[in-house]
Order: sequence, then C-alpha cells, then structure tokens
Amino acid sequence: MQIIHFIQQPWHWAAGGVLIGLTVPLLLLLGNKTLGISSTLRQICAACFPADISFFKYDWKAQAWNLFFVAGILIGAFLAATFLNGNAPIEVAAATQQRLQAYHLTNYSQLLPAEIFSWSNLFTWKGLIFFVIGGFLIGFGTRYAGGCTSGHSIMGLSNLQWPSLVATICFMAGGFFSANVIIPWIFQWLNA
Amino acid sequence: MKNIKYLIAGIFFGIVLVKAQVISWFRIQEMFQLTSFHMYGVIGVGVITGMISIQVIKRFGIKTFDGQPITIPPKKFDKGQIFGGLIFGIGWAITGACPGPLFAQIGLGFTVVLITLLSAIGGTWVYGLWEKKLPH
Repeated sequence: MQIIHFIQQPWHWAAGGVLIGLTVPLLLLLGNKTLGISSTLRQICAACFPADISFFKYDWKAQAWNLFFVAGILIGAFLAATFLNGNAPIEVAAATQQRLQAYHLTNYSQLLPAEIFSWSNLFTWKGLIFFVIGGFLIGFGTRYAGGCTSGHSIMGLSNLQWPSLVATICFMAGGFFSANVIIPWIFQWLNA
Repeated sequence: MKNIKYLIAGIFFGIVLVKAQVISWFRIQEMFQLTSFHMYGVIGVGVITGMISIQVIKRFGIKTFDGQPITIPPKKFDKGQIFGGLIFGIGWAITGACPGPLFAQIGLGFTVVLITLLSAIGGTWVYGLWEKKLPH
C-alpha cells in the first residue's frame, strides 16, 4: 500500500501536467481518439433534445466513446476524493486569500468554496449566477469556439494548431476580465 | 463493450484532474489573479508533454494498439474561436470549471454542480439553435 500512500500526498504541478499531457497519446493509441470534452455536451443534446435542429442531426453514437470517457472522469474524481485524499484542505496564495476575504469567502477546507457550491444556494442570486449563468456561458462559449480547454488548449496546442492558440488566448482574456472585473462586481453586489 | 477502455482512461483522467487541483475554483482564481504559478505550470507541462508525444507518434508513424493509423483532424479557424472563447473564459472564472472539470466536481461530491452541467448543456443547445445566425 506504499504506492497508495505516495499518491495520496499533494501532487507537484509538474506531475499533474505530465499526466494530463499523456492523456493525449493515450487516447490516440487506444483508438485514434482526440481529446475534447466539450463535444460531449453536443452529443447529449443530439441524443436527448435534438428538436430538429440541424446542428444536432449527426451520428452522435459514433462518438459514444467520449460519453464513457466523461463518465470515467466522474468516477475517477469520486475515487480520488474517497481514497486518495483528493478533496483535502487547500493552500491558496495569500494575495488571493485577501481578495476572497473581501468576498466573504474564508473556507479552505475543500477544493471548492462551500460558501458558493452548496444546494442551499440553488434558489438564490448566488446560485443563479454561479451555477445557471456560469454553466450556460461554458456550454455556449465552448461550442461557439469549437472546443474547450482540453480540445483547444491541450490537444490543439499540442498539435500546433494556430486556431487553438487564438481560442486559448481568448479563453484567458475572458477569464482575466471575469476574475478581475466581473467577479469583484458580483460579490460587491451580493454582499451589499 | 469496446468503449470500456475509454471509461478506464476517463477514470485515470478524473483522478489526475482532482490531484492536480485544476478543478479547484480557488486555483482558477489564483491563475486569473496572477497570484500563483500552479495552473500555468500544469497546463504548460501538459502541452509540452502532449506536443512531444504527438511529434513522436508522427515521426515514427506509430499506430494504435490494434494497428490502425493515427490521424488528427486539423482545427479550422473561424471567428467563433474569438467570440466563443471570450464567452467561455468568463464562465470558466465564474464556475472555476471547464467542461471536463464539471464532471469531476460532481464526482468530488459537489453534486450541485449537476445544475451547472445541465445549464452548460442548455448553453450548447442554444448555440445549436442560433448557429447559422452567429458570425463565424
């Protein structure tokens, strides 16, 4: 059980990076599959609510492997939390802690702040912004961009695709604007 | 049951996403507040590892485990990568997640993220509805 003990420790960022990067050749070798997770959202639409929209009329079953892959992600995260100390208290940079304190976020006992990510927030403004609107932007934006962090930033950049570089720069630009302008404004308004 | 191997690959990827903490809302804030190198380190090393792997596969003409040739479709540019990219970036910072981490956050025990996932599916659906009207 020495190895389990080893994996349970916090990981260095380089170890995480290498293993994420190795997922690219793993999927290629397993069956010539290219990493790209946002496509599963389109597949779920095509399978469940095609509504005669041409964008959802395609052979989604041919891409069914990806649905198995994301089901695996969910199971893997559960295993990491249960057996590998995956949801342990997190050490956050002091400068960020200072800013989060101004947002009234002080709970660092898990990977996500419990003050936001709980069911009791669902029918509040917080829930509407962080779950409903946030989720919508992810689904709409990634499909419009033709991929997400996995498909463009990891897979696309690995394969030296310049459109993926454009997409990644825009992901980052949107994120910088959101974290430094929109989110402070949201909390100012929520905590007023 | 040819897809079971992808379930297992997904389990591996899910464990890595959690242990590398890239699904943490806190790490995403640090990245966009430029207060920690962590996320830049993970993504940077990930891209370099992927790049070397693909170069090796191409140079040596490596085939899949069952002997099929490996072909990677190119990404085509359109304006969606700019507009959609900016929109997704805003959502990434708010939720602390991209599509893969949404599944991982649910598995981690934050089941309320199921609502975020449903909304993301809704967002994709609305894109499908408007696809032809949006600038590309």
